[in-house]
Amino acid sequence: MTPACRRAIQTIKKTTLSTVTLLLAVGCANAPPDDPLEPYNRAMFSFNEKTDALLVEPAAKVWVKVTPNVLRTWVSNFFGNIRDPWIGINNILQGNPADGLNDIMRFVFNSTLGIGGILDIASEAQMPKHDKDFGQTLGVWGVKEGPYVVLPFFGPRTMRDAIVLPIDTTAENPLMASFRTPLIQDSATRYVLMVTKGLNARANVLGLERTLDEATLDKYRYARDFYLQQRRYKVFGDSALPQYENFDDDGETNPPTPPSTGEKR
Amino acid sequence: MMKQSIVRCLLVLTALFVPGVCAAANDTQTPDGLVRTVTDDVLAIIRSDKAIQSGDMRKVLALVDEKVLPHFDFRRMTMLAIGRDWRSASPDQQTRLVAAFRLLLVRTYANSLTQYRDQTIDIKPLRAGPTDKQVRVSTEIRQSGAQPINIDYVLENSGEGWKVFDVLVAGVSLVTNYRGSFGDEIRAKGIDGLIASIETKNKTLETEQGGK
Repeated sequence: MTPACRRAIQTIKKTTLSTVTLLLAVGCANAPPDDPLEPYNRAMFSFNEKTDALLVEPAAKVWVKVTPNVLRTWVSNFFGNIRDPWIGINNILQGNPADGLNDIMRFVFNSTLGIGGILDIASEAQMPKHDKDFGQTLGVWGVKEGPYVVLPFFGPRTMRDAIVLPIDTTAENPLMASFRTPLIQDSATRYVLMVTKGLNARANVLGLERTLDEATLDKYRYARDFYLQQRRYKVFGDSALPQYENFDDDGETNPPTPPSTGEKR
Repeated sequence: MMKQSIVRCLLVLTALFVPGVCAAANDTQTPDGLVRTVTDDVLAIIRSDKAIQSGDMRKVLALVDEKVLPHFDFRRMTMLAIGRDWRSASPDQQTRLVAAFRLLLVRTYANSLTQYRDQTIDIKPLRAGPTDKQVRVSTEIRQSGAQPINIDYVLENSGEGWKVFDVLVAGVSLVTNYRGSFGDEIRAKGIDGLIASIETKNKTLETEQGGK
């Protein structure tokens, strides 16, 4: 890496951090400038909602009806296991070699003793499962998250994560990804696996969408804020957590026009 | 070889669950003790109550009312959900906001309780000094095939014992996450407008969910 390049990365990192910190601090007290695509996003969000309500959710309910509990657990474990090496690589790229090693050992352990990954015995043996992807890695490296964007079928992403999504989906799932040569050559088998994976994943969160429906005045807004906050937490950890102000301290800080909307205190 | 490992794993498994069952001491003086006691109590009831499992909202609400709500500071929660505008609300508006928001949270929380199946909940050891006034108790919900979900409770001791005033799900504050939509509502319709919107929402939920 040339010094100029390194300087450039440093600069990107600095501006990113200050921007994101500012956005976080401002929270959502004022219309945040982090949703320039809002009209498109809202349209896509409602498209996804409708697709889900008409097609995916009913199918997932059928899937739950026709499969025994234990089979769904096996399916979840199997697809979860395939992801582990990529999770491990990203842990290493993010500077957590011990966690990365844990993830790779999980894969080895579960693929063999866990009968091809259908049993998650690594978790029982105190090797916890993590959740890392390349979008996060870029975030840790200092790449800006960019605007919030709702993708068809995939749902909410930051622009950064959306751009590297093909890399993530390919590396997460070498069995089926059609980028380059998938490990499973037969396309019919691939489709069956893909649908199974999707249905099963949806089945795992059946009922949860009701909570979202019920909790909010503006579902789109709540989902967006939720998504962005959990992404930032994954990248920045505890420093992305909210600062708890006390708005009951009358008089002490009660300016007629608040100068800054959310300086961390 | 393989058989041995499986047996070992089963042993690990048993070892994991037994202390959880035995250690249900009734300690509500410390923040983590409080979270543990309430969690254990509530889960024990849900596990044994078929009506709750099948979504009997009246029973769920009664359970939440009795076991959970006394340990929450709803005024603090509402203040944090509203943000700066809290200061410009009159005492009367504040009271109505707290009542409406409380009902909204209870309804939502009660619903997610009925979703509980056979996950296990791990309460992590507390990392806080004895004089800390604000602490975060981390818990982990484990489910097969997915990474565990982290649910953290943020508690404060303002002299009347520990009270929860925020819940973080995967690092997202369920309370401050409302600021965006509440702020939008206040800018568009004022504080009374927001109160009306939450109350309307609560009415809709009541009709949908039933149970009072």
